[in-house]
Amino acid sequence: MRLPSFLQLSPRWAPYVLISPFLVLFAVFGVFPLCFSLYLAFQSWEPTSGLGAMEFVGLDNFVFALGDEWFWKSLKNTLWLALAAGVPQHLVAIPLAAFIHHAFVRSRDVVIGAYFLPYITSTVAIAIMFSSLFSTDYGLINAALGAWFGGEHVDWLGKAANIKPAIAFIVFWRYLGFNVVLYLAALQTIPKDLYEAATLDGAGRFKQFWFITLPSLKPMVFFGVTLSVIGGLQLFEEPFILTGGKGGPDQAAMTSAVYLYRMAFDFNDFGGASAMSWLLFAVVALLTWLTNRAFRDKRGAA
Amino acid sequence: MSKVSRLNADPKPWVAYAIVAVGALFMLAPFYFMFVFATHSRTEIFNLPPPLWFGTDLPANLKILTERLPFWRNLGFSLYVALGATALTLLFCSMAGYAFAHYEFRFKQPLFTLVMATMLLPSFMNMIPSFLIMDALGWIDQHRALYIPGAASAFGIFMMRQYAGSAVPRELVEAARMDGAGELGIYWRIVLPLLKPALGTLGLITFIGSWNNFIGPLVVMRSAEQFTLPLALRSLQSTVNTEWGALMAGSAIATIPLLILFAIASRQLIAGLTAGAVK
Repeated sequence: MRLPSFLQLSPRWAPYVLISPFLVLFAVFGVFPLCFSLYLAFQSWEPTSGLGAMEFVGLDNFVFALGDEWFWKSLKNTLWLALAAGVPQHLVAIPLAAFIHHAFVRSRDVVIGAYFLPYITSTVAIAIMFSSLFSTDYGLINAALGAWFGGEHVDWLGKAANIKPAIAFIVFWRYLGFNVVLYLAALQTIPKDLYEAATLDGAGRFKQFWFITLPSLKPMVFFGVTLSVIGGLQLFEEPFILTGGKGGPDQAAMTSAVYLYRMAFDFNDFGGASAMSWLLFAVVALLTWLTNRAFRDKRGAA
Repeated sequence: MSKVSRLNADPKPWVAYAIVAVGALFMLAPFYFMFVFATHSRTEIFNLPPPLWFGTDLPANLKILTERLPFWRNLGFSLYVALGATALTLLFCSMAGYAFAHYEFRFKQPLFTLVMATMLLPSFMNMIPSFLIMDALGWIDQHRALYIPGAASAFGIFMMRQYAGSAVPRELVEAARMDGAGELGIYWRIVLPLLKPALGTLGLITFIGSWNNFIGPLVVMRSAEQFTLPLALRSLQSTVNTEWGALMAGSAIATIPLLILFAIASRQLIAGLTAGAVK
């Protein structure tokens, strides 16, 4: 079967035809909107009043955001959640991956699957599931805590002091398996004879973990932490769904991304929200850069 | 017995088994309770202690679900959008990825760098602009707003270019050209079949991403009649006196396709989802 002649392209023109569908979508839905949002960051605009109502306001949107109490609060919330969910992920994932690496051969896929499953599950289903588990009077988590430790039921989602730990726990649970897989991949690259030599020298399991495994995992730790930082700073769905899109009691669970959404879609301030999104982008870029720098310095020193 | 073989004859690491197994149960427990609660009424779930084993109220919960929501319609739209997104992504990304791997053209390198750079952009950067562009196109509340933009997947391009570079031999493309095959014919009949494994992985990832997508529909969809499943389920939660049993049944139904895909292809999925990270 031959294609009709107008589809017979020369090798010179074929690549343009092959990339064009992608390129059109990339330009329309990727590049253009981004440029437009940069433009918008310097305008005052409510989309309901039409394009003509746009007004150039210079740096006003940025100045407003930097003086906005909720902007800083949401940024603090985001950093708190990124740390409280991110650090335990790695502290647990590393030993866990080491255990799986050493102890599981045949059933390894099943075990990894169990840990990875939350990562591929819909956040909405997860949030619904946990808002029932965390509910104050009838939730399973309070029932279990009460049975083991006694005491009052904890109002997890209704009190400002409790909602952040609850969300951090969900995020921890969700991304643990992803990190376990990263560390398992890194563990596989450590040569076996290192351990055999250490065993011959009489080093126990713990010493081997401390002196061989951990140092070898270092590059993956920094990489994994960088991913957690970047991911954590974008946290949106869990806090959004668990707080009905509002940010929770006293805005305690309002992350920057949630505030961004509210600013645009609840308060109709698209210029302000655009300016804020670029400010947050700068924060993410800065923190990513700092993490990388710490990584490079440590490596240079080692 | 030499020391090395004693290493192999290590006693079973029971502590490691126990910790890993308990951890796995802890990971799976929320899923278990989602399915258990899906079979109980609202009052039963609110008993103390809550039910720990399956009940008989699944049909009743489904009835509530279909009364409160156009549930099957929402489910259908989720499937339609996910299949559309998958088909378009596979087609467009394999075309462009192959072109990036096997052709020379103007601005190839800067373009590729630009595409890769967008992968680093935080997802919230796109929230407002994507709403505005959909508004300008008149695509608000239209399903095409959900499956078309995603087809310009930077990750898809990256993956396809990598795979086309290693799995499609240049000699084969050259030989086909000598035999008088057209360029698009080479793509369709020679390259595409060779890309099958990568297409499978990208397809799974795209399908699951679209099936679970919440932010996208949240920003562009307006009417409950048009909602995809995640949005529909959330709308049920925001009413007073949440019907937990029905909500759990809906969440369970939204989770079942993922469980099936995961059971069939967990290895491929995990490898694909951590690909950018591990390599």
